[in-house]
Amino acid sequence: MSQHNPETAGVSAYSQSKHSRRFDLFKTVFTLPVIIYAILLVLIPLVYIFFLSFLKSDNYGGYLFEFNLENYGEFFDSTYLSIFLKSAGIGLVTTFICLLISYPFAIFLRDLPEKRRNLIMKLVMVPFLTNSLIRTYGLITLLRKNGVINSTLIGAGVISSPLALMYNNVGIITGMVYTLLPFMLMPVCSAVVKVDQNLLDAAEDLGAGKFAKLFKIYLPLTIQGAFNGSLMVFIPAIGYFFIADILGGGKAMIIGNLIKNQFLTARNWPLGAALSIILLLFTFILVRIYRKIGGSLDELGGG
Amino acid sequence: MSFKKNHRLRKAYITIVMLLLFLPIFILIAFSFNESKLNVVFTGFTFDWYARLFANADLIDAFKNTILIAVLSTGISTVIGVLSAVGLKKFQFRGHGLIDKLIYIPIVIPEIVLGIALLSVFTLAKLELGFWTVLLAHISFSVPFVITSVRSTLYSLPKHVESAAADLGASRWQIFWHITLPLIWPGIVSGALLAFTLSMDDVVISYFAAGPGTNTLPLYIYANIKTGISPDVNALTSIMLVITVITLTTSAYFQSRKVAARSIS
Repeated sequence: MSQHNPETAGVSAYSQSKHSRRFDLFKTVFTLPVIIYAILLVLIPLVYIFFLSFLKSDNYGGYLFEFNLENYGEFFDSTYLSIFLKSAGIGLVTTFICLLISYPFAIFLRDLPEKRRNLIMKLVMVPFLTNSLIRTYGLITLLRKNGVINSTLIGAGVISSPLALMYNNVGIITGMVYTLLPFMLMPVCSAVVKVDQNLLDAAEDLGAGKFAKLFKIYLPLTIQGAFNGSLMVFIPAIGYFFIADILGGGKAMIIGNLIKNQFLTARNWPLGAALSIILLLFTFILVRIYRKIGGSLDELGGG
Repeated sequence: MSFKKNHRLRKAYITIVMLLLFLPIFILIAFSFNESKLNVVFTGFTFDWYARLFANADLIDAFKNTILIAVLSTGISTVIGVLSAVGLKKFQFRGHGLIDKLIYIPIVIPEIVLGIALLSVFTLAKLELGFWTVLLAHISFSVPFVITSVRSTLYSLPKHVESAAADLGASRWQIFWHITLPLIWPGIVSGALLAFTLSMDDVVISYFAAGPGTNTLPLYIYANIKTGISPDVNALTSIMLVITVITLTTSAYFQSRKVAARSIS
């Protein structure tokens, strides 16, 4: 009756071959919720904005059912394109800084005893338990003109007038790095910790210096972890409008602000939808590259 | 090798990065004890803001909504996530492949895209934006994280235990309840924890799903951040942080004791 092939053992214990045609309550309980969830809360919303992106706005928050590609044409309008490019630039700089901080951190972490290492990895997650907006607010207290950093530096006589640490791109990038760094630290650390010590010893015996080890051993062996972290940093870094809003002082715009404005201020939903679809396509291309280099979707987002 | 000196430098680097990560949170806590209403200079020590906090009805209301949404969305997403992970592994059905791809989408897409997509369908379905739409939105982004977390433990289950139980006459419900569920428990706990954290941390999706009526803590702060936030928010944040850290450490402590007890027996 039951097979003992390990591949199918799990399935055979659950499948009910005797009356497979009849209504199967067990199967329904375990499959219906995910079907309803995936269709109602994922598929329909995305298909709907795809559909919206081809409509025309009536300029009053509604839309006219005239199919056209104008919204996508507008993307190539210089103002939107320049915001996309600038936002991608901010995202890239943020990602690069996070990589730069995470690699030494991960390599040094290797030397620590396992217990301490695990504790630190857990502590990295703790800032997430306070809302990211609250943390951004904490950052303002530090960065603003009369904030903690400036008053400390002036008090110590290092500078005479306050540095402009926010209301500019420096502020946005600081905010993004600070908010998103744990997403880079986690995958990079877990990849670096797994690198085989024998390889490093062998390289050292053959005369490899620190940088040779970094570029010839660590980087090639941890490329998946680095790409995983880069995805989890770059994608939010082009969408987190509240950080650009608060630390960029309203002048600076990233893609997130642009889309938000189309939905809430300009009330041109079709254009907002088209911009979102472009962002989505861009994301899917990045994920595709990640999978091409052997990355697993289950490992994204700390899952 | 200059191992010792090098070692100290390396430890210092790790300590500095960790401190920087926590610095804004420490500053927030410090200013919750500050006499001045402005979060600028420390003028003197007081517990005043902790007392005043309870008089700020808007803030308390926002806090209640945030916690309630986090607890409900974690509970619902965990149940859906566990059933889904087990169901997707055990059963083949039409559309299985598509569903399997769809559940990864909320993990990888920019939050803003999910936010506006949900806002659009909520409007289309004529749902009134508020508490319930925020809850739905949080379920929407939490379920995939629970599924992937449960899945990783599900695939490392010892083989044959389920079929052994079946051979001994256990029903499928009994197998799930007495064999599978206890074995995947660590994955369920970490998935639920992740869902809770994501719900507490979210700004972008709540922003679109909430509409003008409902207040959650991040929306309250977002609305007030430009005019200035009074230290009672710092006080509330400090209380929340202390509660979550205590809950986490005690649960980690009990889990490690359980694991230790199990390995002895």
